[in-house]
Amino acid sequence: MNKNNVWIANVAAPVMIMVLLLFAGSRNVKAADQPAAANAEVKIDNFVFGPQTISVPAFKSKVRDTDEKFSYKFDKAGTYSYFCSVHPKMTGKVVVQ
Amino acid sequence: MPDKKQDLIDQNLQDLDDDGVDRRGFLKCMAWAGTGLVWTMSGGIPVSRAFAKNNDKNGNKNAGKGADFTFVQISDSHIGFNKPANPDVTATLQTAINKINAMPHKPDFIIHTGDLSQLSKPSEFDTLDQVLKGASAKQIYFVPGEHDMLSDNGEQFLQRYGKGTKGSGWYSFDQKGVHFVGLVNVANLKAGGMGSLGHEQLEWLEDDLRGRSASTPVVLFAHIPLWTVYPEWGWGTDDSEQALSYVKRFGSVTVLNGHIHQIMQKVEGKVSFHTAMSTAFPQPAPGTAPSAGPMKVPAEQLQQVLGITDVNYLVSGRSLAVVDSPLGAGTPATANAGSTGVM
Repeated sequence: MNKNNVWIANVAAPVMIMVLLLFAGSRNVKAADQPAAANAEVKIDNFVFGPQTISVPAFKSKVRDTDEKFSYKFDKAGTYSYFCSVHPKMTGKVVVQ
Repeated sequence: MPDKKQDLIDQNLQDLDDDGVDRRGFLKCMAWAGTGLVWTMSGGIPVSRAFAKNNDKNGNKNAGKGADFTFVQISDSHIGFNKPANPDVTATLQTAINKINAMPHKPDFIIHTGDLSQLSKPSEFDTLDQVLKGASAKQIYFVPGEHDMLSDNGEQFLQRYGKGTKGSGWYSFDQKGVHFVGLVNVANLKAGGMGSLGHEQLEWLEDDLRGRSASTPVVLFAHIPLWTVYPEWGWGTDDSEQALSYVKRFGSVTVLNGHIHQIMQKVEGKVSFHTAMSTAFPQPAPGTAPSAGPMKVPAEQLQQVLGITDVNYLVSGRSLAVVDSPLGAGTPATANAGSTGVM
């Protein structure tokens, strides 16, 4: 299998502006207050880890205007969910094999 | 037609319940507001005249005169946007300001409900400031839209417009007995989510409202609608219910929002919700397009789908009259005021 673990994603912003937030892991937890990028914290309460799932941004692009591009090099396998932080309903996924 | 309208208005004024709220008139007025949208503006603001103590049925010169104060809501100026839906948003903002300046009654202040800029660029904020400098009302209150949070999580916005605010830019102030609260529901937007206020802001809000007399009229303003207009397009706020529970006990609550670039209104008990038109470009009605976003209309129609909102407050009636008007006059004549609502 001639598969590179490295994959370069080239995302073009078609019609609208985008700020991409890429999260490692499957689904973003819709918890009340998500910890900020740098220091995410998991606490233990009553023998339970909380929050159960945390998502930490792999990166955050600068704002992209129409036709502007953003590139990111993935060097670890996994599924990466991303969304446009200006239009949160715009979501997508990159699966690195 | 004017007589019929005057009847409706007179009925409104006389029909107060024990708590001073004219619910029947309210509903009648809201029904009228539905058809009010068909009418175009032809100088003056007739409805505000109806709320004036010294009612002059002939002219508009008393428009707003009986009100104890008035303010104007503008929204979604998107300075920096330059695509086909409106290649010159600065010009249409200027038209809105000119319209405010030409009002027979000078508003006490202006509230901008967010998306001041398109990409949070300093040059865009600078241009906005330039245009607003020419407004007759010198006091302007702001809350950010998601387009204003694109550089360092809203640092630019806070530096320029957030003095005295808390957290991501929330605050409150009082004017002639009305309590105004500016809320921020565009910080930390989550994937697939709608707007959100967050725990810290909700705690602050509860505290801010505590102890205030229930007869204090309350005005909440925030960018994204505080009620669920259309969740498929993110047009709502995940945790607004908690915020609204804090204002439930008040006799008159008005919620002013933007974000959707069209007028939508809803009345729920003593709470009236209203979204304003944009001064930049319109958006499609919920579900009528594959997605939300700038909607191109024929050039000659643009001025009619952009607009401002004039709010008149009468201390004695403890009521706010909200009147939307488009930037352009469209077809002349029979008409009056965009859509109106009594709060």
